[in-house]
Amino acid sequence: MKVLVAVKRVVDFNVKIRVKADKTGVETANVKMSMNPFDEIGVEEAVRLKEGGKATEIVAVSMGPQQCQETLRTALAMGADRGIHVLSDAELQPLAVAKLLKAIVAKEQPQLVILGKQAIDDDSNQTGQMLAALLGWSQATFASKIALGSAEAEVTREVDGGLETVAIKLPAVVTTDLRLNEPRYASLPNIMKAKKKPIDQMAPSDLGVDVTPRLATLKVEEPPKRKGGVKVGSVAELVDKLRNEAKVI
Amino acid sequence: MSVLVIAEHDNAALKPATLNAVTAASKLGGDVAVLVAGQGCGAVADAATKIAGVAKVLVADAAPYAHPLAENLTPLVVGLAQGYGHVVATATTFGKNLMPRVAALLDVQQISEVMAIEAPDTFVRPIYAGNALATVKSSDKIKVMTVRATAFEAAATGSGSAAREDVAATADAGLSRFVGQALSKMERPELTAARIIISGGRAMQNGENFKMLEEVADRLGAAVGASRAAVDAGYVPNDYQVGQTGKIVAPELYIAVGISGAIQHLAGMKDSKVIVAINKDEEAPIFTVADYGLVADLSKAIPELKAELDRTKP
Repeated sequence: MKVLVAVKRVVDFNVKIRVKADKTGVETANVKMSMNPFDEIGVEEAVRLKEGGKATEIVAVSMGPQQCQETLRTALAMGADRGIHVLSDAELQPLAVAKLLKAIVAKEQPQLVILGKQAIDDDSNQTGQMLAALLGWSQATFASKIALGSAEAEVTREVDGGLETVAIKLPAVVTTDLRLNEPRYASLPNIMKAKKKPIDQMAPSDLGVDVTPRLATLKVEEPPKRKGGVKVGSVAELVDKLRNEAKVI
Repeated sequence: MSVLVIAEHDNAALKPATLNAVTAASKLGGDVAVLVAGQGCGAVADAATKIAGVAKVLVADAAPYAHPLAENLTPLVVGLAQGYGHVVATATTFGKNLMPRVAALLDVQQISEVMAIEAPDTFVRPIYAGNALATVKSSDKIKVMTVRATAFEAAATGSGSAAREDVAATADAGLSRFVGQALSKMERPELTAARIIISGGRAMQNGENFKMLEEVADRLGAAVGASRAAVDAGYVPNDYQVGQTGKIVAPELYIAVGISGAIQHLAGMKDSKVIVAINKDEEAPIFTVADYGLVADLSKAIPELKAELDRTKP
């Protein structure tokens, strides 16, 4: 079975972000960029499915500026077979990304699409669910375990109260949560090999999708800073402050 | 235009987070209707009619809604949404799973985790793990949104008298089925609903030591949480996790024990009213957000805290 994975290029999770002085967004120039960590988990899962004989081909898709090719190369070095890059310098919101992915799914006909549950830049947590809706497919979000059969997949999901298991009919969309797996580091030979793997490039217009944003960002600001308080000398002083000063216990 | 709130429940009781969504909905202008979709969910529907500020409760009681499967709930919500200006759910795993599916079929761009409502079409939401706040304006006709429970007060219950209306159920989509669930047994309040939370980090060293926190929690009526480091180390199950990739909480009192204060953890708890940090490393970043800091070894401080709470019990 063919598996499609979506990978987004985002500001590396270790970078302390800075809000631009003109409040139009977050500084991304000269900042380290990486694959969205949840998408890395998605690529890893696809590669494991292939190693386990369940998947036959892995296609990685990324959307955004030219540099997304680096993100795709990372996916290819981890074990994806080929890449598709939808080139766009304009902002792509989740609904537009889902529509673009739908058009790619129509061409590629995968049985399974794996996406990260959310990107760590806009924190939307929408694209996978939207793609499933547009395709009329089943969905399993926040997956911590995937047992793939031929007609169905049994997926364990991380929900607020604990874990939930659902059986979903294939083809399906699955979004990853943190504990699904631990992504591998690409080896040097695999990084070299990945340079020779093919990446197709196309524009949103080639896929017939209108990507006009529906949400206008009016401003981006830093959250109010919390001030540090006082140090107390003992447990007794702490309990006294909580009872008599803060009055919270 | 009216607002449609999607209630979250387990067919027996309404989840408290729904009450926060009702408050958010009431700030959008227009009547608030609540949809209760389930099977054998009559008690939940009754409870929903008593929420203050709710004008109407729509009830869809049918087998396809026995479990909250997004594939089955979406056609119902999409069908009802046409008559509303906003469709709102809380940003819990239930709301996050369902609402984007609804938004896509309505061809609208959802607004996620709304923290403040500036105008009926303008909202503040966190990006980059809450390290920046974006104000966004929607041009879509129907606004589909999830709201952060801790950013809105819970609506009062018991005083309302909403009208109840049955709505026609949609068919089973035949795409998915519920297999089972393993919910953590919670003898203490749920993290997202607790007034006081005591959380442990990697410095707890093992799961056994969390028992010390539980003993303190029981004296305070508190919930027990954990940092991602403590969860990844296997000390406690993953639904204990407070942080950007876990639960976002904002209790009246948050006690962080042996937690250094990684950005990811701070993003999940920094809106708490009073923060206490107990850590033996006086340079730990958690002290920069704590109202009261105690530099101490937790293996000594926690038993002392328990004894002091008993000794000074009013």
